[in-house]
Amino acid sequence: MWDYSEKVKDHFFNPRNAGAVAEANAIGEVGSLSCGDALRLTLKVDPTTETILEAGFQTFGCGSAIASSSALTEIVKGLRLDDALKVSNQDIADFLDGLPPEKMHCSVMGREALQAAVANFRGQEWKDDHAEGALICKCFAVDAVLIEETIRANGLRTVEEVANYTKAGGGCSACHEGIEEILVRVMADRGESFDPNAVAGEIKKPRTLLTSLQRVKRIEGLLEEIRPNLRRDRGDVELVEVEGKNIYLKMIGACSGCQMAATTLGGIQQHLVEGLGEFIRVLPAEELSRRTAMGG
Amino acid sequence: MNEGIYLDNNATTQVAPEVVAEMLPFFTEQYGNPSSMHQFGDRVGRAIKQARQQVQALLGAEQDSEIIFTSCGTESDSTAILSALKAQPERKEIITTVVEHPAVLALCEQLEKEGHIVHHLKVDKKGRLDINEYYRLLSDKVAIVSVMWANNETGTLFPVEEMAEMARSAGVLFHTDAVQAVGKLPINLKETSIDMLSLSGHKLHAPKGIGVLYLRRGVRYRPLLRGGHQERGRRAGTENSASIVALGKACEMAMAAMEYEKSSVKALRDHLEKGILSRIPHCFVTGDPGNRLPNTCNMAFEYVEGESILLMLNKLGIAASSGSACTSGSLEPSHVMRAMGIPYTAAHGSVRFSLSRYNSREEIDRVIEALPPILARLRKLSPYWQGDGPVAESEGAFAPTYA
Repeated sequence: MWDYSEKVKDHFFNPRNAGAVAEANAIGEVGSLSCGDALRLTLKVDPTTETILEAGFQTFGCGSAIASSSALTEIVKGLRLDDALKVSNQDIADFLDGLPPEKMHCSVMGREALQAAVANFRGQEWKDDHAEGALICKCFAVDAVLIEETIRANGLRTVEEVANYTKAGGGCSACHEGIEEILVRVMADRGESFDPNAVAGEIKKPRTLLTSLQRVKRIEGLLEEIRPNLRRDRGDVELVEVEGKNIYLKMIGACSGCQMAATTLGGIQQHLVEGLGEFIRVLPAEELSRRTAMGG
Repeated sequence: MNEGIYLDNNATTQVAPEVVAEMLPFFTEQYGNPSSMHQFGDRVGRAIKQARQQVQALLGAEQDSEIIFTSCGTESDSTAILSALKAQPERKEIITTVVEHPAVLALCEQLEKEGHIVHHLKVDKKGRLDINEYYRLLSDKVAIVSVMWANNETGTLFPVEEMAEMARSAGVLFHTDAVQAVGKLPINLKETSIDMLSLSGHKLHAPKGIGVLYLRRGVRYRPLLRGGHQERGRRAGTENSASIVALGKACEMAMAAMEYEKSSVKALRDHLEKGILSRIPHCFVTGDPGNRLPNTCNMAFEYVEGESILLMLNKLGIAASSGSACTSGSLEPSHVMRAMGIPYTAAHGSVRFSLSRYNSREEIDRVIEALPPILARLRKLSPYWQGDGPVAESEGAFAPTYA
């Protein structure tokens, strides 16, 4: 039996806003029968204020898929589209007092349906390219595809490094066998063999203390190194603010609203950490406005 | 209603009250180690001997020494397969099926990584094997064939007696995972060519944590656990005496209830199935209805997801299980449903009802009444359903942009 919160159960047994909204002018459809869950989100949006007046869902899926859909409609009702787009899958999960790690994809589906609906309203096309693999790390809900991609992209060699980059394996450690298997496979592809006794690569210590200006310049320089990759996918990134350990970036073009944005930011963070030789945190620029609005 | 209606007996069963009564003294006064010389041990030793004979009787084994007590069905499966490989290191191949229980499949997957060759026999859309395919694979390279007697999800029976015969002619060892079959079907191992068989106590009203490996006399064998002389050195570790005694009693009771399983439990299952089929549109029975366990009914409900059905049933106190992806936490529906080629529209909505001799007609009637409103409600939520039927394929069909 899944460890569903009372709130998940409530939204499953008494779903809010079930069914299609009449005269909907924003429709988002994601998922498929083969995936085992699918969601159609219908919104009625005031064209002048871009405020969501009504929201309805139709969901084929398990208990948490239905509950996540119900929660999503409750969250976005009354929001302006731009604010609704800021709703993350974590917000949906939080609204429900959490979801089991295996079920987090249900909240991702909710967020995607919302993005698809907004794109539909604005006459844009919404594309998603996310692939999910078997869930490896249950503590932090990390799947095989993400682990494999991260190992490939960063040339990782040890379980410890995988945990540093993806969090996978950083909790109960029961999944270390699974992570080792992926390491063995990916390393074999690049002609290496996995060594269980290898020591994780250390993050270099800062060589000299930089002035704030030098530090900002170095951050700009490091971002410049990444840009070609982002531009290849028709996206870009802009440095908005540096506040101590927090570096705020704005995703531009195809990167903005991309499903992989969080992963991309994670990759940028890793690059900056290594380049600066200190631990920093990369945050989306929207966080800055939220923090300012909350008075810090 | 407080008691609930338990239709998940292929997952596990309630321990029969008579079985509990039989095992309790072995926690209190009968605590001796059966290996000990004194009277404390001796009494337990005798009880275990009796249990061994009770298991022997249910399986129709030639000798009581062919019964090895283990901790569970999974241990029995692992012991059987690994023993065959160790005893015949020159044979690197294993034949099994795509629909085995993970106890066999996951072990075979690991053995493949270690360099063995595993042949997975496919099934057709009713879950039946192709015996010709099997026949062609038998060779002196094969260390062991491991094929389940009855499928846990659909109840479909495999012709293991015939297959064991063929294996013997080819000089290949034959193991069957019979955890779902023992106690539900008459078994007479001395009349077969089956070399090894696994059973699990908790599937037949004994407690969890006790299993048996049947090992035909004369079959070359290498133990999984070495250490003590218990089970004639074939499975070391102090005997789980209370559970062994319990399993013996459960086997005796299963033997007595065999006719009831075949007639009354089967009739209840058929009643449930007919009731559902006549009241709910767009559902069908999976597996091979003419050749399956008397207690199992696996229904696929189209356009809804199994876990949602289970949660709704659970609220009404009804327990069943599902082959849907979401109940397992994986992204794919059950490997058994996929192997049979059940369309995704239905595989995610498969629900297994597995009965026992403790279910009543009244309970089944309540389930038949409870299901239609649940299906109607969930289909109403589904984007694939409109009004009284599925959304037409042609116009305005729900077709999301990505899969």
